[in-house]
Amino acid sequence: MERTSGHAGPLAEAGCLQLQDVALELHGHHLLHLNETISPGGVLTVMGPSGSGKSTLLAWIAGFMSPSFHATGRAILDGEDITGRPAEKTGVGLLFQDPLLFPHLSIAGNVRFGARGGKDDVAERVENALDSVGLAGFGHRDPETLSGGQRARVALVRLILSRPRAILLDEPFSKLDAPLRRELRAVVFEHLQQQNVPAVLVTHDQEDADAAGGIVVTID
Amino acid sequence: MLRLAPWIIVLSLVLPVVGGTLFIVPPAFGYLPVLGGDDWSFRPWLELAATPGILRSVAVSFSSGLLATGLALIIVFLFLSTIANTRFDRWIQRLISPLLSIPHAAAAFGFAFLIAPSGLLLRWLSPSLTGFERPPDWLLLSDPFGVSLISGLVVKEIPFLLLVSLAGLPQLNAGQRVMLARSLGYLPRVAWFKTVAPALYPLIRLPVYAVLAFATSTVDVAMILGPNLPSTLSVQVVHWFNDPDLSRRFLASAGALLQLLVTASALSVWWGLEKLIGTGFDAWVAGGNRQRFDGTLWLAGRGLMLIATLLPVLGLFALALNSVAGFWRFPDAWPGSMTLSHWLQALPDLARPFWMTMVIATAASVLAVAMVLAALEHEQRRNRPATRALWLLYLPLLVPQVGFLSGITVLSQMAGQAPALWVVVWAHLLFVLPYVYLTLVEPYRHFDFRWVILGRSLGLSVNQAFWRIRLPMMLRPVLTAMALGVAISVSLYLPTQMLGGGRIVTVTTEAVALSSGGDRRLIGVWAMVQAITPFIGFLLALLIPRLLWKERRGMQAL
Repeated sequence: MERTSGHAGPLAEAGCLQLQDVALELHGHHLLHLNETISPGGVLTVMGPSGSGKSTLLAWIAGFMSPSFHATGRAILDGEDITGRPAEKTGVGLLFQDPLLFPHLSIAGNVRFGARGGKDDVAERVENALDSVGLAGFGHRDPETLSGGQRARVALVRLILSRPRAILLDEPFSKLDAPLRRELRAVVFEHLQQQNVPAVLVTHDQEDADAAGGIVVTID
Repeated sequence: MLRLAPWIIVLSLVLPVVGGTLFIVPPAFGYLPVLGGDDWSFRPWLELAATPGILRSVAVSFSSGLLATGLALIIVFLFLSTIANTRFDRWIQRLISPLLSIPHAAAAFGFAFLIAPSGLLLRWLSPSLTGFERPPDWLLLSDPFGVSLISGLVVKEIPFLLLVSLAGLPQLNAGQRVMLARSLGYLPRVAWFKTVAPALYPLIRLPVYAVLAFATSTVDVAMILGPNLPSTLSVQVVHWFNDPDLSRRFLASAGALLQLLVTASALSVWWGLEKLIGTGFDAWVAGGNRQRFDGTLWLAGRGLMLIATLLPVLGLFALALNSVAGFWRFPDAWPGSMTLSHWLQALPDLARPFWMTMVIATAASVLAVAMVLAALEHEQRRNRPATRALWLLYLPLLVPQVGFLSGITVLSQMAGQAPALWVVVWAHLLFVLPYVYLTLVEPYRHFDFRWVILGRSLGLSVNQAFWRIRLPMMLRPVLTAMALGVAISVSLYLPTQMLGGGRIVTVTTEAVALSSGGDRRLIGVWAMVQAITPFIGFLLALLIPRLLWKERRGMQAL
């Protein structure tokens, strides 16, 4: 494992995601070991081949790791120990390879699905959020009628409205073609900056790591 | 609560089957104080042995079960060996589910209306080919050797065995196996029998056993197509049970116990044949012969499957035709006139049994789906199989119905329980649950787990994730399972008949009761209603998601 840049921040800093002595094992086979602090607005990029345990790291932080893996260490978010909490109590949001828009809900229904905060203005917030990614007026539509890039934007907006305290990205651009990937990368990182929460990005694309611009950890 | 679901399922199935079976033992040996049987004795058995034609009853039950299962399995395997994704194959595969959902009684009536001396087939052949001007005096129906019973069972069980085989084939890479053998010089059908059949059989063994258990002990099909005087053992037992002379309950219990023995011996003989044929088969495979029989196998597989598929379709047609036929002289191929009067006459009597059928079917399948979903959801949350005891789901399908239902009847009467709807629903549940479980288990396990993870990362609890994500997204398979449950329940005769004690009347019990009367027009009406009822469920299962998700293309494909 090698670190190419960045530095560990001070302990228990407000809004930080701290991964303390995190070690993953599969059937007694050592996968990875991490000790990092990600500050609000910062991105930790984890690079490595498939099977290296990088996606499992995200599953562990978010609280739904498969029981066949074994993990030690702690995840501290904003000073709270979230290790082993049920997934809905960690306050961690996820962006997957696929947009995973619920097929039984409309676009607005999908965005509203995860929206936290008051109920009164939720319709307005949904509309504004869709507007912010160039999808104004798409609310009533069926997810199936959208292009791949548009669906990815809806997934991003849904994640943002759920007000996560940290964001995990699992190769979010890997299934898009090159021009779309560049475009979406810009949109996603712009929104991440605005949210000002720590993020962990798992990828095997060097350009993702460059665009993220934070600490890069490579595992093998 | 969820943790208990698998155990509730197992208990609600095992308890009645095992308890019911055990409970026929005391009366079978003369002990049932409420009926004045205070001493244990062999009297019921002596009485059973003295029943005229009892040996013949046993022999017909035993042999018709074995022959029907064997023939159905052979035809299915012959057909599978010829499958090549032609239009004929796709046509057959599309027909399986509708054919499967035709209730046994309706299918048996249809078959009877085809093959009877004055049935549709002889009418179509007469007088031009046969020269008959009046129905021949042949015992085509209910022949003493059970040939019509066996044929009816074969035709009815083929779609089921075909369905379970087609479900098992994908995991065997059948295409690759056959290609490999063909590259070694085996002709296609021989290649299939030598490389795929031996691997397929173990996958469908349990369903085959269920077919065998059913065929040796069926009551409704045997009442319609089976021999009379003596009838099959199971039919005799039911008659004794329904005898107003309550002292015949002892005889009936001994008969029910004998039925258990008959089915158990048929299963053991089958098991022995499996071993024997397996050895011979290994020698045939090892023999390396690759050229012989191929053409014969092809012709047999295609021809027999075509006949087996056409017969039930024609049978339904015969039912429909009889239900609207006016005056219909014998050798005439078609009725001289058509009339709706049989339907109009029957309609007032149909309403109540129809609603009763729907109430029981809906209750049993909703309960079954709820229990199965609870067990499967529990399995998902724990991330490992709920309990291995779930193989016990097959128990109600492997034990003859007359056996344990008699015991439950005796038990509930002893407890002073009048025939109650909930007891009948529970009895239906025993047969609905296994099929609902089998249809839901694969879609449930293959559901992409990321949907639930995503929902929870958006703040949903596990329960909310089930109600707001999994259930709506799985609506189609859930409704299909429910429709299958309704179809199974509609086809059940004995549980309603025995536990309802004549007070709970469904379309099925009425239709079967009509078989002794022999009014073809009336039977045609009732059997048609019975045959159509399951399709209402399947139609709803198809339409509801389509209407609900009209604007959601992604849900149409799921």
